Amino acid sequence: MIELDNIAYSYGGGELLSEVSLKLAPGSFHFLTGPSGSGKTTFLKLCYGALSPTAGQVQLFGKDVREMDREDHAMTRRQIGVVHQDCQFLDHLSVRENVALPLTVSDRDSLEQHSNLKELLTWVGLGHRASALPPELSGGERQRAALARAVIMSPDVVLADEPTGNVDWEMSQRLLQLLVELNKMGKTILIATHDLNLIRSAKHHVQARVLRISGRKLQLAGADL
Amino acid sequence: MSKGLQLSKLIVGDAQADRVVPPTGFTARLTLFAAGAMAFLTVFALALSLASGRLATRWGDELAQSSTLRISAPEEQMAAQTAAVLTVLESTPGIASARALSVDEQRSLLAPWFGPDLPLDSLPVPQLIEIVESEEGYDGAGLRLRLQAEVPGAVLDDHTRWRKPLERAAGRLRLLGWVSIGLIGAATAAMITLAANAALAANAQVISVLRLIGARDSYIARAFVRRFTLRALLGAAVGTALGALAVFLLPATQESGGFLTGLGFQGFGWALLGLIPVLAAVVAYVATGAAARRTLGELT
Repeated sequence: MIELDNIAYSYGGGELLSEVSLKLAPGSFHFLTGPSGSGKTTFLKLCYGALSPTAGQVQLFGKDVREMDREDHAMTRRQIGVVHQDCQFLDHLSVRENVALPLTVSDRDSLEQHSNLKELLTWVGLGHRASALPPELSGGERQRAALARAVIMSPDVVLADEPTGNVDWEMSQRLLQLLVELNKMGKTILIATHDLNLIRSAKHHVQARVLRISGRKLQLAGADL
Repeated sequence: MSKGLQLSKLIVGDAQADRVVPPTGFTARLTLFAAGAMAFLTVFALALSLASGRLATRWGDELAQSSTLRISAPEEQMAAQTAAVLTVLESTPGIASARALSVDEQRSLLAPWFGPDLPLDSLPVPQLIEIVESEEGYDGAGLRLRLQAEVPGAVLDDHTRWRKPLERAAGRLRLLGWVSIGLIGAATAAMITLAANAALAANAQVISVLRLIGARDSYIARAFVRRFTLRALLGAAVGTALGALAVFLLPATQESGGFLTGLGFQGFGWALLGLIPVLAAVVAYVATGAAARRTLGELT
């Protein structure tokens, strides 16, 4: 579904990633780790087509990213759920409306979906906060709302960028649990994090592979974490 | 999907899409005001165009239907020349009737200028012949040539000399009115484009979030286009209504009032007013759509 073939990415300054190849198999669970500034967010952006590689080829659901137009990109983003580092909500809409936004913009805002929405909010533990505005939420609540929004279109892939970035340990375990549950439902998961403890704790619940960005290259980390 | 259907769908439905862009009270009111003011001005430009159009037609009609022929000849030849002229006129196509004015009629025509006691008989007054055209009209230049050859003392005055400049002036005035309407429309488009650009820039964050979650450009554009189209429609409706009221309350037209008091609408003209808000909405629809497409196209 997401294939990166020997890609490189450079900003004006210099090369950030090079010789990166990866094939995300359906139903797999990956962690992506590496020091701050090593290019984790850039890597995720390449995975959902927000950035195009400067060399090599990225294929999303069998389509070359460079040949996709804006319409194709919009359609692809409905198939890939993304939990952004800074969540990105519309602050004038309630949590319920924000979570349902992907349905709204794709004209799938039906009654049936509304009961799903309620279920989903309960699942992430935000049933009682549905009418709140995003600025009123705590860090953990924001992350869970972002996760709910990422999965409401039941995408095949969920990418999460530091989903536990500014939440306490207990909350990060809860978020991880939600992602593991999604994986058990057959979703492909890729989580970028610098929190090695999170990765270690996940090993008890799911068979996860760990990718590490180091020296511009992507390596498969061993079991020595 | 046809443009009309798209437009109606835009106006009735999709209030949901409207919600995703936060309301902006200030620009909304400015757009309403601009559309209203422009519609108000359009009403007057339209009134001017229609009134000058009517004026041109009226002058044309009143002066075109009749002509006068004047015969200056020594008294002893007058009767013969009059008869000759009448013969010529009878055989000219396009002339419904021709009649020599009687002495009494000529006297009453001259009375306002020289007083009723004018001894007309003792003065060499030219003989006047009144010509009434048929609907298709006659060939003035051709008739003049014939008269020149047969009755050199006859002078044809078909009022063209008077009518043409008047008609031309009224035509220009009408043209000016339509040009004004065009300029008002263009200015409205410019203002709405500026307002839409401002709204798009102010909502850059919203647009980027919508793109991230898979909204198509057309969906995002629709949210803005709908908003500005409805504002222009409402503003222009109010402006048109006020403009129409102002025209309606102008002092009543008098038959002899000439041009200024003739400024108003009649029958079909009032119906044209209904088009102003619709046109404003179409202008806003096109202008905002173009602005949105341009802005969205520049994003990654």
